[in-house]
Amino acid sequence: MAFINIRSKEVQVKIVYYGPGRGGKTANLEYIYKKYRNNITTEMVSLKTHDDRTLFFDFLPFDVGKIKGYDVSIQLYTVPGQVKYNATRKLVLKGVDGIVFVADAMVEQRQRNIDSLIQLRENLDSYNLNLNTIPLVMQYNKYDLKDAGVPLLSTQTMQQDLNSQLRVPAFAASALVGGNVIATLKKIISLTLSSIQDQLF
Amino acid sequence: MKYPILTEKQLDAIDEILEEKLIKAGVRNVMLIDMAGNTISKQDNGQFKIDTMAFAALAAGNFAAVEAMAKLVGESEFSLLFHKGETASVHFSKVSQNFLLITMFQKDLSLGIIRLKVTDTIDAINSIIYS
Repeated sequence: MAFINIRSKEVQVKIVYYGPGRGGKTANLEYIYKKYRNNITTEMVSLKTHDDRTLFFDFLPFDVGKIKGYDVSIQLYTVPGQVKYNATRKLVLKGVDGIVFVADAMVEQRQRNIDSLIQLRENLDSYNLNLNTIPLVMQYNKYDLKDAGVPLLSTQTMQQDLNSQLRVPAFAASALVGGNVIATLKKIISLTLSSIQDQLF
Repeated sequence: MKYPILTEKQLDAIDEILEEKLIKAGVRNVMLIDMAGNTISKQDNGQFKIDTMAFAALAAGNFAAVEAMAKLVGESEFSLLFHKGETASVHFSKVSQNFLLITMFQKDLSLGIIRLKVTDTIDAINSIIYS
């Protein structure tokens, strides 16, 4: 649930980028940080291993102005994607308000995407949250690899695998070069804010 | 930064050191992990089993988080962490750039003796790995 401070009129919204390892979650945050560096006053925090894999989380907070007199700050987190870090992933999900599921469009990653989504549902269950009702956006990442001849899953296949029941907004994206990164971010912010508006007023 | 590949002989020697210097001193569980949360060696006294894989991943995350906090206050690192529980406590100590030694013990052991034993163990491990 979003953190709302009635006295100082602040709302903190937690958005988590979730998905299989090496899918581009950190790349999403890095692009956002790079693009809006002039407007983001704080540093991005990345807790990673020596070989640049996310170990705990990446953290990027920024303000998006006022809504109905409340200062809204958005906190973006990523989870570590590697299978062995599930206990850590679960910790990062605590108190989540909105989720971007970053799926990897490479053919060989097909099953990992599905497994990761199943685990996301289980992890949310443990906090009494429901994947079907929480604000969620799908991002099918790495479509820039098409030009390099890497075999990719079609967006239709991705939709069928991951989004046939959930039916949430989905974007084909390229986190590395920034394609649809901002569109994804805007979508999840607007979904999350409209879902917490009921709590506010 | 990658750490050197450890031979079977080195791993055996590390197992032995952990057993000899810590488990025999009354420590419940001890683990040597790398900074990515992979377990290099683990020993226990046979009475307490824990989910070492999850523990190691969380410990590495915890250590990374504390290191980031250290940087915020102008320290390069806090090389030693201690979590105290009602009956069990956990002591984390950096062995080198790449490794972390985690010692779990009951309240019958004092923190002082753990620190002494851990320092001794770390010297021994470093001489095995980097000699």
